Amino acid sequence: MASITLENLAHSYQPGSDADSDFALKAMDYTWEDGQAYALLGPSGCGKTTLLNIISGLLTPTRGRILFDDKDVTAASTAERNIAQVFQFPVVYDTMTVRQNLAFPLRNRGMEAGYVAERVDRIAQMIGLEADLHKKARGLTADLKQKISLGRGMVRDDVNAILFDEPLTVIDPHLKWELRTQLKSLHQEFGHTMIYVTHDQTEALTFADKVVVMHDGRVVQIGTPKELFEAPAHSFVGYFIGSPGMNFVPVSVARNKAVIDGKTLKLEHDYGDPQGELELGIRPEFIRLTKADGLPVRINRVQDVGRHKFVNATLGDTEINVALDEDTVLETDMANIVIDPLKISIFSDDWRIDGKSTDDAEGRPR
Amino acid sequence: MEKTVNQRAWLLVIPVLILVAFSSIIPMMTVVNYSFQDTFGGNDFFWVGLEWYRELLHSERLWDAFGRQLLFSFIILAIEIPLGILVALSMPKKGVSASICLVLMSLPLLIPYNVVGTIWQVFGRADIGLLGRVLSDLGISYNYSQNAFDAWVTVIAMDVWHWTSLVALLSYAGLRSIPNAYYQAAMIDQASRWSVFRYIELPKMRGVLMIAILLRFMDSFMIYTEPFVLTGGGPGNATTFLSIDLVKMALGQFDLGPAAAFSLMYFLVILLISYVFYTVMISIDKSEAKQ
Repeated sequence: MASITLENLAHSYQPGSDADSDFALKAMDYTWEDGQAYALLGPSGCGKTTLLNIISGLLTPTRGRILFDDKDVTAASTAERNIAQVFQFPVVYDTMTVRQNLAFPLRNRGMEAGYVAERVDRIAQMIGLEADLHKKARGLTADLKQKISLGRGMVRDDVNAILFDEPLTVIDPHLKWELRTQLKSLHQEFGHTMIYVTHDQTEALTFADKVVVMHDGRVVQIGTPKELFEAPAHSFVGYFIGSPGMNFVPVSVARNKAVIDGKTLKLEHDYGDPQGELELGIRPEFIRLTKADGLPVRINRVQDVGRHKFVNATLGDTEINVALDEDTVLETDMANIVIDPLKISIFSDDWRIDGKSTDDAEGRPR
Repeated sequence: MEKTVNQRAWLLVIPVLILVAFSSIIPMMTVVNYSFQDTFGGNDFFWVGLEWYRELLHSERLWDAFGRQLLFSFIILAIEIPLGILVALSMPKKGVSASICLVLMSLPLLIPYNVVGTIWQVFGRADIGLLGRVLSDLGISYNYSQNAFDAWVTVIAMDVWHWTSLVALLSYAGLRSIPNAYYQAAMIDQASRWSVFRYIELPKMRGVLMIAILLRFMDSFMIYTEPFVLTGGGPGNATTFLSIDLVKMALGQFDLGPAAAFSLMYFLVILLISYVFYTVMISIDKSEAKQ
């Protein structure tokens, strides 16, 4: 097991090009700590799989280095890196039985038969394949096949890391939860470094200790699920995490005052005189509807989705969503919103800016 | 619900019935008719029953041709299938070179059969042919028109040259349909090159290989034009395969009755072998999937 360090890593599928837009993966520095469970979250085409394939050695990066602990493995083959990887679609060896499939990575490394049998039995028991061990892999359902793939990924106990590339795509919804829980308990038991690529935020947030959000070839934020939710570092994180995502309203800010649509709002922090295109970000969960005070909005529609009611409204020229608890009573004349000032984020050109505490800036002269 | 019976629907099938009747059924039944009769020319036929069939089943000439035919099909399958797979495995996977390869590979398939025969006939001649001349200059005695072994080697080389491309192209298509993740997983699992072939590529090519074997078997079992142009079935009867023999009998000797019986038996043998082959392959496939 090892920590994985990416040093100034970048990758382009157009060799020889220096244009920033040609890079599927833009320069990044990051260390994946040993024994942690990470989720790599982002929309399709944001570079997640590219990054994963670079770590596993299936791709050689155009620039930069990869270190396992302190050893440079940039040029090392997949086998030398001793990495396990599970792919999006099940990869099984059709002509082999389930047992032979699970034993394959161990056999190829010349492990003893006794050890192989013991490991295979153990893994099969963990992922619920015991009953199928003697079956040919070919005739199995996609669910079972993917379980075999997962099993082959976890059967070696000396791997440096296990990488998952959207492994639950083909799994039935009711099994997804079960398998994810099993993965999590496997992680707790063996303590392998795990990197789990997904575009499903629920999957990412339930699986990982830390979530790495990628957008357009760049890591935009790394944090715990709570940090991503409450303090998104980039407007993309705000938009991508949460359902519906964060509301963004054009705003002008001076020190601790924000002006939206001609109305002034007092902020908790002092932002000085921020430059760039400014937006105020607020999660739907932190907005209330009221009758009188607050910002006037026009209500477009109300959706009841069980635990929440979602209200879609227009503030100025911007559409916003408000999430209300299901027992909130809606009245027809509730046409104003109140924003929880503690939960406001201010973004300048899509990146979150931190304000200073207002205690220093206002009131008390120093 | 009451169905209305409309006999006019038959009108719609008449064109195809006429077509099939004139292209297959009538010629075929003519042959069946001939096979039970004898003629001394003119248009006088008389009934002989199963006489021709009985005679042919005891004919050494026919059994010899049948043996040669089986041997020929067996040899070319044993060469073309592995060679085709090998060629497919070593072809480039993408880019311009892949396209060039594909075009070059399909060239032999586009050449008319009799031209293939002519090409090899000239190619193998000891006086002016590139192959024959080089071999005789090297001191190797080679003459396909006099030596039976040389004739066989040439006929087989010709068929391999002509048809390996087909097997290679089919295998190549099978290989290209394997998702990249399989190769990546094999790399992660540290599988050897042989394991990749044995456990990934071969199982995935299985379907197309079945088609390739069936096609090549049927085709080689009916081979006529190329050996006819090259050797005319000689030297002696060394390369007289079933269809060459059949043509000799029907057109050379004008023995319409025996030739008709011959072609019917020939047809049934091909049908039978192909059917058995197909059924066996399918049932193996099914039983494996079930396990």
